[in-house]
Amino acid sequence: MYPEYMHPSLKKVEQTRNKRFELAKSGKPVFPPMSAEERDTVLHKFHPDYKSDARRKVHIGPNKGEVITSEVADILESHSRIDPSLFDLSSPDYETDILIIGGGGAGCAAAITAMQEGSKSVVSTKLRLGDANSMMSQGGMQAATSVTDTPTRHYLDAIGGGHFDNKPELVRALTEDGPEIVKWLENLGVVWDKDDEGNLQLLHGGGTSRRRMHSCRDYTGAVILRTLMDEVRNHPDKITYLEFMPTVELILDSKGRVAGGILYNMETEEYFTVKANATIIATGGYGRLHIRGFDTTNHYGATADGLIMAYRAGARLLYMDSVQYHPTGAVFPEQIAGFLITEKIRGAGGQPVNKEGELFVFPREPRDVESSAIIRECYEKMMGIKTPSGRLGVWLDSPLIEMLQEEGYINKQFPAMHRQFIHYGIDITKEPMLVYPSLHYQNGGIEINDKCETNLPGLFVAGEASGGVHGRNRLMGNSVLDYNVFGRRAGLNAAAYIKSVKLGPLSLQHVSDYEKALKDAKIKTNRIAPVLLPSYTPENVRKRQLTSHYEGTLR
Amino acid sequence: MTEGKKKTTVKTSPKEKNTEEMVTVFIMGKAHKVPSKATIMGAIEYAGYQIKRGAGCREGFCGACATVYRLPGDYKIYTGLACTTLVEEGMWLSQLPALPAQKAIYDINKVKPDVTAFQKFYPEVFRCVSCNTCTKSCPQDLEVMDYVQAAIRGDIGKVMDLSFDCICCGMCAIRCPAEIVQFNVGLLAKRLYGKYLNPKSKQLDKRIKEIRDKKYHKGYLELMKMDKKKLEKEYYARDSEA
Ligand SMILES: Cc1cc2nc3c(=O)[nH]c(=O)nc-3n(C[C@H](O)[C@H](O)[C@H](O)COP(=O)(O)OP(=O)(O)OC[C@H]3O[C@@H](n4cnc5c(N)ncnc54)[C@H](O)[C@@H]3O)c2cc1C
Ligand code: FES
Repeated sequence: MYPEYMHPSLKKVEQTRNKRFELAKSGKPVFPPMSAEERDTVLHKFHPDYKSDARRKVHIGPNKGEVITSEVADILESHSRIDPSLFDLSSPDYETDILIIGGGGAGCAAAITAMQEGSKSVVSTKLRLGDANSMMSQGGMQAATSVTDTPTRHYLDAIGGGHFDNKPELVRALTEDGPEIVKWLENLGVVWDKDDEGNLQLLHGGGTSRRRMHSCRDYTGAVILRTLMDEVRNHPDKITYLEFMPTVELILDSKGRVAGGILYNMETEEYFTVKANATIIATGGYGRLHIRGFDTTNHYGATADGLIMAYRAGARLLYMDSVQYHPTGAVFPEQIAGFLITEKIRGAGGQPVNKEGELFVFPREPRDVESSAIIRECYEKMMGIKTPSGRLGVWLDSPLIEMLQEEGYINKQFPAMHRQFIHYGIDITKEPMLVYPSLHYQNGGIEINDKCETNLPGLFVAGEASGGVHGRNRLMGNSVLDYNVFGRRAGLNAAAYIKSVKLGPLSLQHVSDYEKALKDAKIKTNRIAPVLLPSYTPENVRKRQLTSHYEGTLR
Repeated sequence: MTEGKKKTTVKTSPKEKNTEEMVTVFIMGKAHKVPSKATIMGAIEYAGYQIKRGAGCREGFCGACATVYRLPGDYKIYTGLACTTLVEEGMWLSQLPALPAQKAIYDINKVKPDVTAFQKFYPEVFRCVSCNTCTKSCPQDLEVMDYVQAAIRGDIGKVMDLSFDCICCGMCAIRCPAEIVQFNVGLLAKRLYGKYLNPKSKQLDKRIKEIRDKKYHKGYLELMKMDKKKLEKEYYARDSEA
């Protein structure tokens, strides 16, 4: 239920709705899309990345000297969880063809593909299998499947959305594999939204010039990932998954090839060694680092672990200077602050409006532009709505969708969203939602090529942990596609790679070397990474937690 | 301040400290005073626990946070998701860290999309006594018993439809007197429906064939050769479908 004082503003949204409905029906853009210059201006003035302390130089490692997101630089300049001298690597606890780090979408897709190629894998994952950002996507997956669309048009949209910084070979892989992925997933049993003739239901997303968003109601991620997980579980002879067993360091061999990892049992606090002929990092993003204090849409384990492990071993990172804030996170009620309001709401005709009920931005600008415009509306134009706890937000007019589509559309297409708000007495078929940008996606990551290879032999990366596919800004629907396309490619290429590998003696020397580099650069810190889990313990409790030594949130 | 809050605070844990109304809840039997507006997950963290098991997505999608609770003066057992359920005065709660559940192993390419699938892989489905406890315990308010009944009839489409929003929290399975694992039944049905029964898109097959026949190869080469300026021009000049 919205508090009394918001009612006049809600009334205004209602009053302008008919006018905006007519506008939307006319088929013309409901608000003029921004030109290149306008985009540039709003980004520089309002995007959080452009704040003076948002980025800093990193002082050690492969990207030394580069200016990147400050919180990421902090993670990179941190100590390991382990003392390498305590580990006996001569008799590993597990030996397998491929170690896959991360049991989300990319990890599962890789495991299934590698299995189909005859390779065995161990999947190390932090929480349960599938507790991952992939479980949460609601909006959908892009793929150029319609008659009016082409894969090359998809390429143009993606590279424009990414400010032309995307690596061309990766965008080609992403967009050219797209239709095949739709089919692959359907063959595994994913229930795509379709009409009775089998035509795929397609919607727009931010930055798309053709309708190409495929969905499974608003449980797209859950339906896809549960299908993949079920398939993983159907092959216990080939795929061993270890839950609550995150990887905390990579292992190299004497020739500098990546050869497995050190796993940490978060419950018994034991460490285990895995020897593998190839390793795939699929650890996802970093929302739980709460960059610049933002709330996040991400799952509990999104703490950039893959980045630091790979970096210590010598892998190069790409575009770690750019953070994605989703334009529409919930700001009210407080309990769901940061929760994602899927972009599909705008794809279906929902409009962001200010406290006067007026449109102020084209609803489907690329995400960074849309977010910046919302921040501008709140903090420069002062046209936002204040929440009881003092946050600002703008309305996202969802009842309009029922007028544009048909009655009952929201319940059918957005059951998850509807549920989330009805818990708090807000019926989104009748009232708008209050939104503000929320920390959403790691645009950059470990640099890969179109075979998911990195600059380290034996190390493959797929999904949100990788860098280059989306340039400096990802479009909605391209990362569900990403984790499928590159998850599959990683599995395939790792399986091919291991055919010719004979590993030498294993080593953790790079961890010791990194420790020395920290010292040489005179970096004094008690930060430890991978972070594994964020801490939400209140200050007064923490004051009593007097155990002499914690490593991050865990002993 | 033009952006997020400065301090890293969790969205599910409350911020306004002293001004806030508090309630007493019993977390695994221990009394804690927590803000009245907190979610169960927020309350557990407010009380000082570092959750390991019991939190996944934190937004109602993964089912990691299944919680059972009772309320004072009420004999009923309630179920809920810790990440989206609010605390109440006197609530006695415990999370379910994991759940024993049978999952059949099958080759999806060889399973027939009809009643035989359930007969073979989840025969306990036929033990359903229609008590409706599963439906009552579903935090997503799904018609669980109805889809179990649909499975008995072999109506895969109905099982798919009714179980679509299932997040596999396991509350139904742990309460079921017939020992059915409803969510795995739903999952099998969805896979069978998606693979065999959802009508096929001819256009999709056509597009895949075009790509295999390298229809877009030249177009790609041209785009990949373009410098930023040229690409920018193409991008901003492109038309947009309604
Ligand atoms: C709420 C939400 C909605 C979204 N909606 C959409 C959408 O509609 N369309 C779209 O295209 N994209 C969407 N995205 C983005 C997309 O879902 C993700 O980018 C994508 O799923 C990432 O997949 P992944 O496999 O790379 O990472 P994840 O799915 O996050 O998987 C990473 C896994 O690795 C595990 N892990 C982390 N660290 C370690 C470690 N040290 N050792 C072992 N395991 C570890 C994690 O716990 C997790 O299980 C959304 C994201 C969110 C958060
Ligand atoms: S934590 Fe995922 S459903 Fe609650």
